[in-house]
Amino acid sequence: MAASKPRVRLPERIETGQTIEVKALITHVMETGNRKDSEGRPIPRNIIHTFTARYEGALIFKAELGSGIAANPYLSFFLKVPGPGELLVSWQDDDGGETIERYALNVA
Amino acid sequence: MTSRKPGRTLVDRRMMLASAGALTLSGLAPRAARAQSGPSAAAAAAAADPAPLVPTAQFNAAFEKIVGGGTPIEGGVTLELPEDAENGNIVPYKINIESPMTEADHIARVHLLSTQNPQASVATFHFTPLSGKAAVSGRMRLAKTQEVVAVAVTSANTLLVARTIVNVGIGGCGTE
Repeated sequence: MAASKPRVRLPERIETGQTIEVKALITHVMETGNRKDSEGRPIPRNIIHTFTARYEGALIFKAELGSGIAANPYLSFFLKVPGPGELLVSWQDDDGGETIERYALNVA
Repeated sequence: MTSRKPGRTLVDRRMMLASAGALTLSGLAPRAARAQSGPSAAAAAAAADPAPLVPTAQFNAAFEKIVGGGTPIEGGVTLELPEDAENGNIVPYKINIESPMTEADHIARVHLLSTQNPQASVATFHFTPLSGKAAVSGRMRLAKTQEVVAVAVTSANTLLVARTIVNVGIGGCGTE
């Protein structure tokens, strides 16, 4: 199962050198692996274990997540914008799903 | 409910007390006690025992692994969590560390740890000078009332620690 599209919120106007907040919300069950189904069988873990954000190929933020992260993960982090470019956000879950999203930044 | 399994409750309480000093509590023992003896007995036990704030062995191992031989400095990290979290499934956290975030001096990573969850390591966040700011926020799960710990590691390998206690109403982590 591929993870669904995230909702990423960025400021509308960005200036070079400005530090902006990036807010990402991803719809995902984040199944912990600690639960059992109605017949007592363990439900396998399925979480987004890695979330990465790059700007023009350079790493700006990476999160290695565990099952202690709430369902539908929300992450807020920062980026010091070096100039116009593209923000690439990607994540992988335990089901082997990998999602990559690109956002062109409107830099003044 | 308690009266039907008095022996079991006593054994579990004794286990909790015995391990309180030894820091070897598995983290599963108090949960088992809670499942067996019902919520009211568990609440009474929680009030009477310091056990709920004794970190799990898994937490101690994870913390030792991060710290290594170094001495962590208490402070320098802002770790914000609600004092009371009614729903342990969604607990907002906010981490912020003052740092120039230059190539020579920046926060490299921050470990977010739980002292009572089934899995001690909640998340590890990596930052670079391009982050501009060593700050992150999100939402975590808390299985029960506990201390949450954040350990920041600077580019010079300095360790900074912050701790916050959160009172949890309904536990998260889907273990009940």
